[in-house]
Amino acid sequence: MNLLEHAAKTLVLAPAGIATLPGRLCATPEEAAAAVAALRPAMVKAQVPAGKRGKAGGIRPADGAEQAEVVARDILAMTIDGHRVSSVLVEQRATIAREYYAAVLCDPVRRVPLVLFSPDGGVDIEATAARAPARLRRYEVDLLHGFSRDEAEQFTAGLDLHDARGAVIDVLVRLYDAFVGSDAELVEINPLAVLVDGRVIALDAKVKLDDAAAFRQPVLAAAAAAEPATELERRGAAAGLKFLQFDGNVGVLANGAGLTMTTMDVIRHFGGRPANFLEIGGEAYTKSETALGLVLDNPGVKSLVVNFCGAFARTDVMAAGVVQAWHKLNPSVPVFFSIHGTGEDEAIRLVREQLGIEPFDLMEDAVKAAVEAAS
Amino acid sequence: MIIFRKQHRVLVQGITGKQGSFWTEKMLGAGTRIVAGVNPKRAGDIYLDAPVYASAKKAMAETPFDVAVMFIPPALAKEAALDAIEAGAKLLVVLTEHIPIHDVMAIHAVARINGTRILGPNTAGLVTPGEGFVGIMPGHNDSIFRPGAIGVVSRSGSLGTLVSLNLTRAGLGQSAFIGIGGDPMIGTTTRDALEALDRDPRTQAIVLVGEIGGAMEEDAAVHAAGMSKPVVAFIAGRAAPPGKKMGHAGAIVGASGGSYAGKRDALERAGVTVVDTPAQIPDAVRRRLAERPPQAASD
Repeated sequence: MNLLEHAAKTLVLAPAGIATLPGRLCATPEEAAAAVAALRPAMVKAQVPAGKRGKAGGIRPADGAEQAEVVARDILAMTIDGHRVSSVLVEQRATIAREYYAAVLCDPVRRVPLVLFSPDGGVDIEATAARAPARLRRYEVDLLHGFSRDEAEQFTAGLDLHDARGAVIDVLVRLYDAFVGSDAELVEINPLAVLVDGRVIALDAKVKLDDAAAFRQPVLAAAAAAEPATELERRGAAAGLKFLQFDGNVGVLANGAGLTMTTMDVIRHFGGRPANFLEIGGEAYTKSETALGLVLDNPGVKSLVVNFCGAFARTDVMAAGVVQAWHKLNPSVPVFFSIHGTGEDEAIRLVREQLGIEPFDLMEDAVKAAVEAAS
Repeated sequence: MIIFRKQHRVLVQGITGKQGSFWTEKMLGAGTRIVAGVNPKRAGDIYLDAPVYASAKKAMAETPFDVAVMFIPPALAKEAALDAIEAGAKLLVVLTEHIPIHDVMAIHAVARINGTRILGPNTAGLVTPGEGFVGIMPGHNDSIFRPGAIGVVSRSGSLGTLVSLNLTRAGLGQSAFIGIGGDPMIGTTTRDALEALDRDPRTQAIVLVGEIGGAMEEDAAVHAAGMSKPVVAFIAGRAAPPGKKMGHAGAIVGASGGSYAGKRDALERAGVTVVDTPAQIPDAVRRRLAERPPQAASD
């Protein structure tokens, strides 16, 4: 889950005591005009969960109400990186002296929180990190000890931060607290701007929340940006299923992400096009009836592979769900089964007796037959 | 302790739950030595012949164990994991999926201090055919797992099961199955498992079942390059559209590395045979074993 800039600033950075510029979230050109009149000179910023908003023309200055209305109308009509712009943040404009970069994220390899800082912030931070890795400092945090002023001072030692050193240290400590307090996978300020008047301000903010922590972060989870999704994908999400719809001809119903991806790979290997990803592994294995409905409602589907290999997931429970759904939906597309693992005897018996279908012994053979039937 | 052995004493946290009891019975059926269970509300009971304790620490005091396996929901996983680690578990098998990542970091931090190896989170566990298993694999089913000389490493439980089944049908039994877990921040990596199987005298060849996302296969390739035992790999996710999150949080094609092509290239340059579909694995293993000069038994 991603927070849009405005939510990241008001719900994560501001409560942690990190300064931002005065701003207002606006959904219409008229609201934006009123906000600019109150805050000018201002910037009008597209609120989408994508980088490079500025380069796409989604961040523009506005000095008066009339100009603001035109600019906001333009930006509100944009689609940036697949995301439709449905709101803009009107924010006071400030004169920047220097731009830094600050972030805290989860490092999957070292298994620790990682604090990042660079004195070369701004739009080209990726290029800086690649060109001069030493300019992007990294600090592995001992989670049980935390990240306090002492660590932040040691981390920034030797950097020429002019008069901003104290403020930067303060921001880094607060950013770490915000990271912990919001169960974030990533909190990023780019740029962390030193203004000509000396203030140190989070000019932009990016927060990526941990989906698995949504149960204990209800306010942040409710504020998360909607992911672009098809109607079927939204239906899957509402049922607690991870369903991704593709422009393919062979539907996939399998258990576990690894086996599902492999089924897609084998469809491609035999010249077919997978029509979906649908994971019904883990606890979701009892939802095979709902799952089958999703797969069959995808208009491009000409045949279907059901590939179960039960470890945790019980193939008899999944097969019973499919058989029940099949009787209810009575679909016209041909279906090809391959079933192995926990509960396989009962599952194969069910499919054979209830649907009159003999499962294939090899997954590859089931996929091959489905690809041939679809073409 | 990455390869499960029948002498390992196992504690089951959440032994009386629906999944806990289902899989405890299967583990017992496969020969796993389950010495105790945990459920604070049922302390003092005997369940499936095992004494039930209020905590792993209390269990350790009376019924010492080596391995703890958790059948615990995500919101309670951190507390249960820290209990097992602080009790002195040598290996903690974290089956739970969807544990908040900050809790996962805390589990790893405490495990580092206490010297506990973490398997997972989101692993299907370990199987050593003929000895037992710990986790949620069909390790009790001998049409899938048979004793032999092939070591299998897999991120995914379902795909790992399919690969093991294909090996067994081709007459290639397994020395060990190591499920490392589908999460992005796991305690035991592909490379750790590969190194353990490389050292294992019963293992003659290794099958590596990877997935797109992360850099674990690339890292494992560094070790594979110096190995004398043959390695065959299958990487899932070749047909996955870039940038789409495929359920396993780990399986994301990011901006830097983690792609199918990058993994395949790194493994092939390290001398690993990479196949296109799981059914091709047994033949590839046979070919690689046949090419290999005869080894002394002590190898």
